[in-house]
Amino acid sequence: MANPPSFPPVPAAPSAETLSIKVDGRSIAVPKMMPDWQGRLQPTTMLQACQAAGVEVPHYCYHSKLPVAGNCRMCLVEFGTPMMGPDRKPVVEADGTPKIARSVLPYEPGTPRGAIACATPISPGMEIYPSSPATKQMREAVLESLLINHPLDCPICDQAGECKLQEYSVEHGQSSSQFVEPKVHKPKAVDLGPRIMLDDERCILCTRCIRFTKDLVGDDKLGIVNRGSYNTIAAFPGTRFDNNYTLNTVDLCPVGALTSKDFRFQMRVWFLKETSSVCTSCATGCNITLWSREGRIHRYTPRDNDAVNASWMCDQGRLNYRWIGREDRLREVVSQRPGGRTWNGALKAVATSLAAAKPGSVALVASARQTTEELFLLSQLAARLNAVTDSVPRQGEADGLLVNADRNPNMTGARITGIAGETPGARLKEIASGIANGTIRTLIVFGEDVTRVGIGAELLGKLETLVVSDILPNATTKMAHVLLPGCAHAEKRGTFINAKGRVQRFLKAVEPPGNARPEAEFLEELLALHAGAEAGHIRAFSMESLFNRMARELPGLSGIEWAKLGDGGAPAAV
Amino acid sequence: MNTLAVPPALEAEIDELISHYPQKRSASLMLLHALQEHFGWVSKEAVEWTARKLDLQPINIQELVTFYPMFRQTAAGRFQFKVCRTLSCALGGGHALHRQLCEKFGLDASKHGIQTTPDGRFSVEFVECLASCGTAPVMMVNEEFHQGVSPAKADEIVGGCR
Ligand code: SF4
Ligand code: SF4
Ligand code: FES
Ligand code: FES
Repeated sequence: MANPPSFPPVPAAPSAETLSIKVDGRSIAVPKMMPDWQGRLQPTTMLQACQAAGVEVPHYCYHSKLPVAGNCRMCLVEFGTPMMGPDRKPVVEADGTPKIARSVLPYEPGTPRGAIACATPISPGMEIYPSSPATKQMREAVLESLLINHPLDCPICDQAGECKLQEYSVEHGQSSSQFVEPKVHKPKAVDLGPRIMLDDERCILCTRCIRFTKDLVGDDKLGIVNRGSYNTIAAFPGTRFDNNYTLNTVDLCPVGALTSKDFRFQMRVWFLKETSSVCTSCATGCNITLWSREGRIHRYTPRDNDAVNASWMCDQGRLNYRWIGREDRLREVVSQRPGGRTWNGALKAVATSLAAAKPGSVALVASARQTTEELFLLSQLAARLNAVTDSVPRQGEADGLLVNADRNPNMTGARITGIAGETPGARLKEIASGIANGTIRTLIVFGEDVTRVGIGAELLGKLETLVVSDILPNATTKMAHVLLPGCAHAEKRGTFINAKGRVQRFLKAVEPPGNARPEAEFLEELLALHAGAEAGHIRAFSMESLFNRMARELPGLSGIEWAKLGDGGAPAAV
Repeated sequence: MNTLAVPPALEAEIDELISHYPQKRSASLMLLHALQEHFGWVSKEAVEWTARKLDLQPINIQELVTFYPMFRQTAAGRFQFKVCRTLSCALGGGHALHRQLCEKFGLDASKHGIQTTPDGRFSVEFVECLASCGTAPVMMVNEEFHQGVSPAKADEIVGGCR
């Protein structure tokens, strides 16, 4: 396996030493060395230099996180280098500037010869001409050749709207083809693996998918079979393309050849709204984009963050979103206490009964799937009540790539707020025996089914007060005296702190169902009511000020502000 | 799993082949040649066997087998007719020779690739230059080389195949 020791590799900083070159006539100094796909410094390429100059060079096979293959030729550019005299000294023009020798075909000196920008290092004094007529002509030729055998079934293609073949054809291609022969036909709707469908006719043979699974995942499953225009991406007959990262090849595929079985034919992408979020399925906290329309989530895709997940995410985390739209979501407040089934009535009832509770007679279990802000508010409530608290660990196996053994997204948050101790889950026994011997009379549960962790229905039945907040029904929510319907991460704002201590913000994509409300919002109200505030006089909720207050109070978060978190998050000293 | 029965002598020969290369992978083509020579073609099992032998994945070997037309992915006939179709032979009657053989064996001359009679006795295919361009048309029948193959001579060669 070609895996570097840490995954994903952290890119080295570009070298301080620079080279002076010209891009489309504009002088620019670019770092002499830049990180390659494994993050190691290598001579800067023409493509990287153009990017640094703000000039986009179209490319298919090149991807900053994959080994360079240089096979698609889309990035061809015309260029020149300073001319050298026989004395190996630069030849200068009349005005003293160096004379540039444009690269030309050796046997046809009148014809410019391009070089592939993705694999050609820059040299001092080099001039790159990404906008020259010769570059344009090369791009047209490459695109024309790529479309020779393409089926042009764009109207029914899932990639439409995010297809590089379409985009480059519009931007750099020409509107007609000289090709009149019958097209080569290749396999369509190939069932490549449990989550992946392949249309070989649309494939442009960039080999991104092959390199990803071989060089990054270490599962050398895909190859190109046959020859010439019959070249076809395939897995070995009888084998399946099936590892926990296969869906990244769908993102990587610049065309509609690799499609996700989960998403294909579900939705035209241009109808979808994009929201920055974080995966909730393990403590890595891969940065993601939520794609939604009219209150429904349609897919997750990874969002670039070199400090967390590079450009990838695992299949399991990616496909774990359907629960958000489940029919049986908790949507109404349920209360068996005086005050009725309204938020105001229920919160007041809870505040009253908590105020009457003897110190030490309250316990609190809050999930490490709750946001840091929610855990912070719950820890404040617990402090007032002198309550014993804990979280519920979810252990799995780490895979040496992205997946963390801790399958909770925010155990770090639970730890630094004090909700969980050094060994999360260790106090659950204490809580269970407290309920059994009658010292604990009130239990507050956020986001967990405690009947599955040793606090069974008979124990819950002994409680005077059971306050529960959750998203989906379970054995604990069924027994609640007061049930407060909460929100999925996609329905609220907040932060998770990943296993490495990175505070990561996620934003709201869709509305919660029914009367469900963000937990942080109603927890602030509950705290105010408990402190004696009148229902009508509670400060309006503000995520920004809650976060900033929390960051001031929690050691490790000092200096971090909501507004400064941005989409990439910030490291905490935890 | 794998059902390829590689006799010990062949395996010893293959191990010796591998020892010629600093990297095992470089022996891929040599192994495929050796296996094809022994079994007559390269089966799926042979691909898997080769991959395992060289610490590779089957798809790595499959890429080679499907790239080079000289590797057979189906069993060929007991008598394999390889008719040259490169320039000199094309001008000198290679296509007519190919058609004559196909018709004689009841095969479709217009089909692409190698064709084999249902009884597994004969196969016919085009190949590229056999390096005897001055004596076109030429062909090989198994390991035997025939040049200046006139229609009558072709009939005679076929007649001799028993
Ligand atoms: S399937 Fe997609 S990613 Fe793979 S080689 Fe073809 S175009 Fe590239
Ligand atoms: S590795 Fe963890 S955080 Fe990343 S996508 Fe998978 S489950 Fe989600
Ligand atoms: S991007 Fe494909 S050759 Fe450069
Ligand atoms: S062309 Fe047929 S042998 Fe050379």
